[in-house]
Amino acid sequence: MADEKKTPWWHSTVDAFDTFLRVPGTVSAKGAHVRDGIDLKRVMIMVVIALVPAALFGMYNVGLQTSTLYNLDWGFWHMFFYGLLRMLPLFVVSYVVGLAIEFASSQIRGEEVNEGYLVTGFLIPLIVPVDVPLWMLALAVAFSVIFVKEVFGGTGMNIWNPALVARAFLFFSYPSSMSGSSVWVSKTWAGLDGVDAISAATPLAIAHDGAFDAATGAVGQYSFMDMFYGFIPGSTGETSVIAILLGALILVWTGVASWKIMVSSIAGGLLVGWLGQLAGATAVPCYYQLVMGGFLFGSVFMATDPVTAAQTETGKWIYGFLVGALAVVVRLWNPGYMEGMMLAILLMNTMAPLIDHCVVSAHTSRRAKKALTA
Amino acid sequence: MSNNLDLKKGLNIPIKGVAAPEVIKTVVPDIVAVKPTCFKGLVPRLLVKEGDAVKAGSPVMADKQRPEILLTSPVSGTVQQIVRGEKRKLLAVLIKADAKQEYVDFGSKAPADAAQVKELLLNTGLWGSLIQRPYGVLADPQAAPKAIFISSFSTAPLAADTDYTLVESMKDIQAGVDALGKIAPVHICVRKAGSAFGGIKNATLHEVSGPHPAGNVGVQISHIAPIRKGEIVWTVSLLHLAAMGHVINTGKLDLTRKVAVTGPAAAKTGYVVALPGTPVKDITDIKEGVRVVGGDALTGENLGAEGYLGFFEDQLTLLKEGYKREWLGWAKPIRPKVYSSSWCYFSWLTPRKKYNMDTNLHGGPRAFVETKCFEDVTPMDIFPIYLIKACLASDIEKMEKFGIYEVLPEDLALCDFVDPSKNEIQAIIQKGIDLMIKEMA
Repeated sequence: MADEKKTPWWHSTVDAFDTFLRVPGTVSAKGAHVRDGIDLKRVMIMVVIALVPAALFGMYNVGLQTSTLYNLDWGFWHMFFYGLLRMLPLFVVSYVVGLAIEFASSQIRGEEVNEGYLVTGFLIPLIVPVDVPLWMLALAVAFSVIFVKEVFGGTGMNIWNPALVARAFLFFSYPSSMSGSSVWVSKTWAGLDGVDAISAATPLAIAHDGAFDAATGAVGQYSFMDMFYGFIPGSTGETSVIAILLGALILVWTGVASWKIMVSSIAGGLLVGWLGQLAGATAVPCYYQLVMGGFLFGSVFMATDPVTAAQTETGKWIYGFLVGALAVVVRLWNPGYMEGMMLAILLMNTMAPLIDHCVVSAHTSRRAKKALTA
Repeated sequence: MSNNLDLKKGLNIPIKGVAAPEVIKTVVPDIVAVKPTCFKGLVPRLLVKEGDAVKAGSPVMADKQRPEILLTSPVSGTVQQIVRGEKRKLLAVLIKADAKQEYVDFGSKAPADAAQVKELLLNTGLWGSLIQRPYGVLADPQAAPKAIFISSFSTAPLAADTDYTLVESMKDIQAGVDALGKIAPVHICVRKAGSAFGGIKNATLHEVSGPHPAGNVGVQISHIAPIRKGEIVWTVSLLHLAAMGHVINTGKLDLTRKVAVTGPAAAKTGYVVALPGTPVKDITDIKEGVRVVGGDALTGENLGAEGYLGFFEDQLTLLKEGYKREWLGWAKPIRPKVYSSSWCYFSWLTPRKKYNMDTNLHGGPRAFVETKCFEDVTPMDIFPIYLIKACLASDIEKMEKFGIYEVLPEDLALCDFVDPSKNEIQAIIQKGIDLMIKEMA
């Protein structure tokens, strides 16, 4: 850009803001002379837009859970603004820390700032407990951006989904803030300083302990429809099936995320859930697996990350299926830890290149055979 | 072997400025350039010097390694200037045309066997029109191709409509097919339903339908008779096939063609009758800030306003240079003036709309993120992203496995277009091909 000469050492930063405001005036130098209007900024902003319904509902639900549990009798807007105010610091910390590292790394590499963090930064607050201390969040963001993204070369080069690694970092480093039955309902800032935290287990935890009422179809105090609408405790973004499906619709319609991964992940989850039912591992019907915990959120927003997912179309079916299947396996046959989605996706992120390798090898050997018979 | 191909993948780019089927101008040759740079794999050796008189069909230069391959003058006149670039690289020989054209007589007799066909093509300079795959280089006269493929139509953006430009040359085309058939079996791909070239004899005809790049000969070959390691296929354009037939029928080399002047920045679109090597400014008026592309907007060469029409080109695409910067372009809900094949914008609402495209990249270069878009525009049995990455890694073994023999950059030109990360896919593939040529020689 024009500013490059005047500000040689921080031109990445200048460029980032410059191209954020105006489309670069670069013209094609080689290759196709005309180019499509799409760029990565647009792709990324589409994902953020798809996340907005889940985020908005999540904010309302933060207030709702606090209000219900502590008998506060708040109105709709009170609930929403409580959630909004609780979430804002998380977003600010996530973006400030993440983008600072992203800008610095781009500067070191001498490249333009990549917009991948727009999505990661939005995802992280949605998948952690809302009362997580901000310094922990900052630490997790820094860890995942540096060690999962930048050391590999930035967006497009990473092996694991950075947002999930941030969550995994928190989960293993600070388990008391990340698991148990009292972390999912916010009481900070609600004027509840002296009040003891009330236990509010997520449906997933309740189901894990076997409290499923086959007659009413309720998991603890939560009915199926509660879980479907999302009026349950959990990570901010993950609770409402409706909001997530709205996002899925946007992602599939725009083609940004692969519907094959979403569908096969759900199929994998249903199948293992059903097998678990048959084997007596759980009494919960298999389709409950989709509405409890982070399964659907993970299937729609995390497993479909085009960088860390399988890249071949056949590979996407396999990858998605295994994500869903493994997540439910962990849920059903794991004594201590009931949310398998995070680790299932991270494991399959690791395996995705292998899946692709197998698909591509099968394809090339089929081509080689065709050559012999032709 | 199927005779029909219905391709689904691909993309027709809705760009403004199609040439209406009428001749708007006939250029009387004045200065004509013979450009050795048009031919990949040719190392030119000059056969003329400034001041020499040449006829239409007289040799101007030859290949250094294979001196039987000649490049000939398309006009009769006097060699006016030898243009050289850096390191004295030969760029062009400029010939000042005579008022009255004289032709070398090649004898109007149908060649009897393959040797005679080759000799005629070499002598007339039409050998240069034969392209050898893999790698897309100048055909080797010693090679034994398993087939010769001809695509009778182009699906490239705003390409010249051969149904209009060459329909009167049917007799010449048939003579060309008959001659090439003596070297190897000839396959001709015609547009499905209503092609003017459905009646060609002595060749296997294939009906092809589908969006761009269905008209690319490489895509057609990959479906009809994929090129494997060690195999050789030659291709030739219908335009040059007609020129070959013309030599056989009349004994004269006549490279005159109807050049489609197209593109959103063209002062006037339509067809201009001109020779290869004609200065582009003689063909059309060029405004300030306009890029003159010889060929189509995806694969063409930036000729520059002072450039000359290439040997293979029957199209000029005029595009405005897109230096203008749009405020918050990527964030706007709707950008009615910018086309995107992606559903992240709303171009799908107006499927018939043609766009005033310019040369702006519409974004900055990034690492690969979205890669399914490549597969959606590549109707071939390959994984484009794996081939691209193998080329980037200079991994010969993988390039072979992933189909480097089957592709030329033009076959993956749409990947350039659709990539949100703005990678130069054609350049990457060309780099891979260049490496293959070097390593496999």
